[in-house]
Amino acid sequence: MTKLIATQLSVVVKDATLVRDASFSLAPGEFVALLGPNGAGKTSLIRASLGLQKPSGGDATLGGDQTIDLRPIDRARRVAYLPQIRPLAWPNTVRDVVALGRFSHGAALGRLKARDAEAVDRALEACDLVRFANRRVDTLSGGELARMHCARAFAAEAPLLIADEPTAALDPRHQFRILNLIADYVAQGGGALVVLHDIELAARYASRLIWMKQGEIVADGPPSETLTAARLEAVYGIRAQVSGSRVDMAGPV
Amino acid sequence: MRQAHWLTPGLAAASALAIFAACLLGSTPLPADRILAALFGGADTGDRLVVWSIRLPRALAAFLVGAALGVSGAALQGLLRNPLAEPGVLGVSASASLAATFSLYYGLVSLSPWILPIAAIIGALAATALLAIAAIRTSSVVTLILIGVGLSSFSGALMSLLMNLAPNPFSLSDMINWMLGSVANRSFNEIGLALPFLVAGSALLLVTGRGLSALTLGEEAASGVGLNLRHQRIFTVLGAGLATGASVALAGAIGFVGIIAPHIIRPFVGHDPARSLIPSALLAGLILVLADIGVRTIPTDNELKLGVVAALLGAPIFIWIAMQRRAVHD
Repeated sequence: MTKLIATQLSVVVKDATLVRDASFSLAPGEFVALLGPNGAGKTSLIRASLGLQKPSGGDATLGGDQTIDLRPIDRARRVAYLPQIRPLAWPNTVRDVVALGRFSHGAALGRLKARDAEAVDRALEACDLVRFANRRVDTLSGGELARMHCARAFAAEAPLLIADEPTAALDPRHQFRILNLIADYVAQGGGALVVLHDIELAARYASRLIWMKQGEIVADGPPSETLTAARLEAVYGIRAQVSGSRVDMAGPV
Repeated sequence: MRQAHWLTPGLAAASALAIFAACLLGSTPLPADRILAALFGGADTGDRLVVWSIRLPRALAAFLVGAALGVSGAALQGLLRNPLAEPGVLGVSASASLAATFSLYYGLVSLSPWILPIAAIIGALAATALLAIAAIRTSSVVTLILIGVGLSSFSGALMSLLMNLAPNPFSLSDMINWMLGSVANRSFNEIGLALPFLVAGSALLLVTGRGLSALTLGEEAASGVGLNLRHQRIFTVLGAGLATGASVALAGAIGFVGIIAPHIIRPFVGHDPARSLIPSALLAGLILVLADIGVRTIPTDNELKLGVVAALLGAPIFIWIAMQRRAVHD
């Protein structure tokens, strides 16, 4: 089983400690939400655990191999990584962008092998993008773009998925749609780690919440155990009432 | 998908036709049947001489130089994710011609005929490597273009210095040839010296082209889908440096064709940098062959230099592309 295990990772850039002694794991079948305020070190933790950034301490393994030593192509076959969405350089078609998800399988745009073309079709279908397949990406709305990037990640058909704020700047309906897609992926046996800023949504979808504050993981467990008013005050500096997965925010502390 | 299957074969056929036309036209017009006879062994020695020693090598040189600049431009645009990247604009051609002029100036070329192409390639590689390092440190496209402009100006200044110190009018006119860019009087010998580097560079760019498609997503997401960023940068810089250096060794600095050809090609290949490489090479080669026919047939007292004509046509298009960009982005 492909499992991502980070052990006491630290990331220090110049004088700033971005991540300190962080340990966590991600296995297939899990839906994990990574929570924490801006600047808590979520993205740095993800990058270090994937081996995209050299940790200053600790290590991370993916399916038993050190991620820092993995060839990019081998890493991409084990975990699909969706960084925060950035504008694309060229106005490609949606199908071409989704097909880039097959890069680690050797796919070259314009001459996909049958196996790659099928994976792309499945991903387009799953994300309800079939009718957009030949559209240029610069004609899509924010919600459609977010779905396209999800499709790109699903097309890789990797056992794990890490997505950094896939619902940023989306309206509530599209946030639900994206999280439903990821939940389906998990239901089919994938393991997902998703950075989210909507705590209620995170608690509703995730089987586990990882809470970060100032570079450290301060809690890791199911929503029922880790989502408390005291935690929200400690991590986000907000006053709130919590009942189940319902959060009623009153304002900053 | 708007995938044009006729594009590559069509451009290849048009290029072959243009090269044939370049053999037809000239100060002594030869009819097509005499050209064909000369090309395939028949005909009288005078015709053969004109075709094989003068017109064909010149047309082939124009095509190869254009192809090298077209494929380098398309690859650099993919790497830097910027439609304005091109060996000429980024100062790569200027650095290559500076290095070539330098080797001429100090008489290094008398040591071996390979010195000149190698000097040009070293100049091109140095400039491309500097740009790639700058590209790692800044994500700003504007900064990168400005560095290229600076590099271009600096190479130009050093070139002026060499011209200033030139010992005799003969070496001065030699240097001017390098600065302006021309394929006049090229022989198969000179093509043979540049060709290995040109082929090696273009092949490297084609083999690693797939990574340029991934870079469409941005560097972070490209490494997310499995691209080795470091290798991609090294290969593209090396390939573009080799191809551009070889083209400068053959014809001096010829600007803008590396921008215009990919710009025209992109809509026909779904804006995919990898798929734009071969058609861009063919179209850029075609453009230079046609421009060189123009240079030869326009009656002027001094023959126009190919590089001058390319810049006269290309610079306004460059400005137009830059203005389009501003309207769409930021």
